[in-house]
Amino acid sequence: MSDDAASSRAPESYLTHGWRWRDWLLTTDHKRVAWLYTVSITGFFFLGGIAALLIRLELMTPQGDLVSADIYNQLFTIHGVVMVWFFLIPSIPNTLGNFLLPLMIGAKDLAFPRLNLLSWYIYTLGGIFTMAAVITSGVDTGWTFYTPLSTQFTDTAVIAAIAGVFVVGFSSILTGINFIVTTHKMRAPGLTWFRLPLFVWANYATSLVMVLATPVLSATLLLLIMERLLGIGIFDPRLGGDPILFQHLFWFYSHPAVYIMILPGMGVVSELITCFSRKTVFGYHGMALSILAISVFGFLVWGHHMFVAGQSLYAGIMFSLFSFLVALPSAIKTFNWTATLYKGRLIFASPMIYALSFIGLFTIGGFTGIFLASLAVDIHVHDTYFVVAHFHYIMVGSMVTAYLGGLHFWWPKMTGRLYPEVWAKVASLALFIGFNLTFFPQYLLGYAGMPRRYQTYPEDFQILHAMSSLGAGVLAIGYLLPLGYLLWSLRWGARAPADPWRAAGLEWRTGSPPPPHNFLKPQTVSGPPYDYDTLDNPQGEAR
Amino acid sequence: MTTIPSTTPKAKPDEQFDDLTQQRHADLMGMWLFLATELMLFGGVFTGFVVYRYAYPEAFAEAATHLDLVLGMLNTGLLVTSSLFMALSERAVGADRKRLTLLFLLITIGMGAVFLGIKGYEWHHEYSQGLMPILGLEFVYSGQHADRAQLFFNFYYAMTGLHAMHMGVGMIWLMVMVVFTLRWRDPPRLRRQFQISGLYWAFVDVMWIFIFTLLYLLRASS
Repeated sequence: MSDDAASSRAPESYLTHGWRWRDWLLTTDHKRVAWLYTVSITGFFFLGGIAALLIRLELMTPQGDLVSADIYNQLFTIHGVVMVWFFLIPSIPNTLGNFLLPLMIGAKDLAFPRLNLLSWYIYTLGGIFTMAAVITSGVDTGWTFYTPLSTQFTDTAVIAAIAGVFVVGFSSILTGINFIVTTHKMRAPGLTWFRLPLFVWANYATSLVMVLATPVLSATLLLLIMERLLGIGIFDPRLGGDPILFQHLFWFYSHPAVYIMILPGMGVVSELITCFSRKTVFGYHGMALSILAISVFGFLVWGHHMFVAGQSLYAGIMFSLFSFLVALPSAIKTFNWTATLYKGRLIFASPMIYALSFIGLFTIGGFTGIFLASLAVDIHVHDTYFVVAHFHYIMVGSMVTAYLGGLHFWWPKMTGRLYPEVWAKVASLALFIGFNLTFFPQYLLGYAGMPRRYQTYPEDFQILHAMSSLGAGVLAIGYLLPLGYLLWSLRWGARAPADPWRAAGLEWRTGSPPPPHNFLKPQTVSGPPYDYDTLDNPQGEAR
Repeated sequence: MTTIPSTTPKAKPDEQFDDLTQQRHADLMGMWLFLATELMLFGGVFTGFVVYRYAYPEAFAEAATHLDLVLGMLNTGLLVTSSLFMALSERAVGADRKRLTLLFLLITIGMGAVFLGIKGYEWHHEYSQGLMPILGLEFVYSGQHADRAQLFFNFYYAMTGLHAMHMGVGMIWLMVMVVFTLRWRDPPRLRRQFQISGLYWAFVDVMWIFIFTLLYLLRASS
């Protein structure tokens, strides 16, 4: 460890630590596993994106002319399966979360590093297997695999696809266990629960949902496999089963899974807003507790997917009520982000533009969620483009925006390089404009009665559909630009200092990129998080 | 010869931990969380069963009389006793008694094997009576509500099958522990591994008690 030799070259970091295949494919370093995940999910994201683009191209015209109806069904299945199971669920937790959780709590690694690598293998191999099954056999059930379509009618390899999703579920479970144990047992001295960064809180709440909800999905998919392979009738009425039971069990997981897809984004945005407002986050305790509240309420609302599926009116009323309740913690968060901005010294760096986009899009997506939670309104807009627009505002408008914002914010930490800020601003604006152009018309379409998952539509709808397809093109630019300049920056970007944003948080107290075990000496914490007043006025004690 | 000093120079935590206590706490918490996920897995199936048990009380109660209560009780006794031996093996490894540990572990595995043998015999018995409505086999049922009874048997095979799969995993796991015990390296690590294995074995045992109660005991009086 001669200091002289180290200072003349690039400092030793986790990236300089070996570049043979096995240094990456058999690594247990959480930072490298985060990169493995980043590569995998990016691949899946563009695969799902291509399917989406083909769907939008088909919908340019009212007739089915680009692809056949069967292919159309397969396209939205590919899009849904990839985006939900293989992009959104692992997106922020497994990339940014994997990288940052140990850094933010001052730990050397996750509690179970080998388990972390295993979960990447399960995810990637399971994902490739599933996609091979879906694409080669043309699975056409949509990402929800609803019975009786999936058990009785489709003659595709739906069982192989479901088995793949089942296996990938274990990757979520292992990640969830790893994050929870790490947060409980590995925090640096002085880092009490209410000094944790909100990103850690968000990943903790996400992990709770992963751990408690994913197994129910596993059980459901297992029963489905048993029914198809062994003839054990659980969902098939001819064998004495009940198809609606599948929907109950499926949404018992998949509604909480929606919160797996948004909570980490809320965590990212909380970090960005407070840093670029140069102000501590408004209502820290409320923020932390409302994240937990969302994850708990998320378990009680699954029936709102089934308002028109023949469940009892009283069940419908209860599910409607609980769905409204989710709006409370969500509103607390939105108001607190806004209040953090108030009288802050705002810096409109590209991560901040992403974060502000998130707030706007999340608000629209959240409000339309209220419409859908109302029993009577839902009967009108159920299974229309209104629903499609609503969940895309949350999942794409909010979550993907947050993911990109976070990726830009922590990119210097992850790579040791700065990206070109001008291009990043262009990309963030392209994302915001393209997204709204794509999905806002879909609210109008849905309210006017355009059902989802249809390849053809009446001519009256063409203008709105064409706007939406045009927007998808702009949106694609918003995704391709970062792919280009971020990769460019890996080689040609300027070297990043340890703390380029003058941000609070333990992850900025170590080098960019960090050394193999994160910190050169053990960290301790002695104050609250986001102490930007002290950070910006080091001699400000007398104020 | 059976006692080996517990502090060997190898007793170090993995590099991400500060000390052995932190690692032991982390490992145990990870296992408890894993068991929570297992509980949710079984819970989903149990809930499905309970819903139908409530919807068709008479048909299910009558269908349950076709299960062999004596064999079910025998299996329950076996599994609970095997958990006792698993717990004893944890004590033995804690006391650095290698051969005793091995003995208790082998008894545990043996009882698990007998359990699976009896379960297999039960399945065969039901198959020969035509009570196996799976794999496209014909379902022969003498009582009322044959279709609802069929659903009962569907759940019976799903639940006992899932449980038997967990038993199989547990037995393979304990056989790996046999190898680790024979090698006897790094005793603190071995103790952690035994605690974790014991938790899993006890969990599978508890799941059986739920299955036994739900399927065998909630029956019509004959």
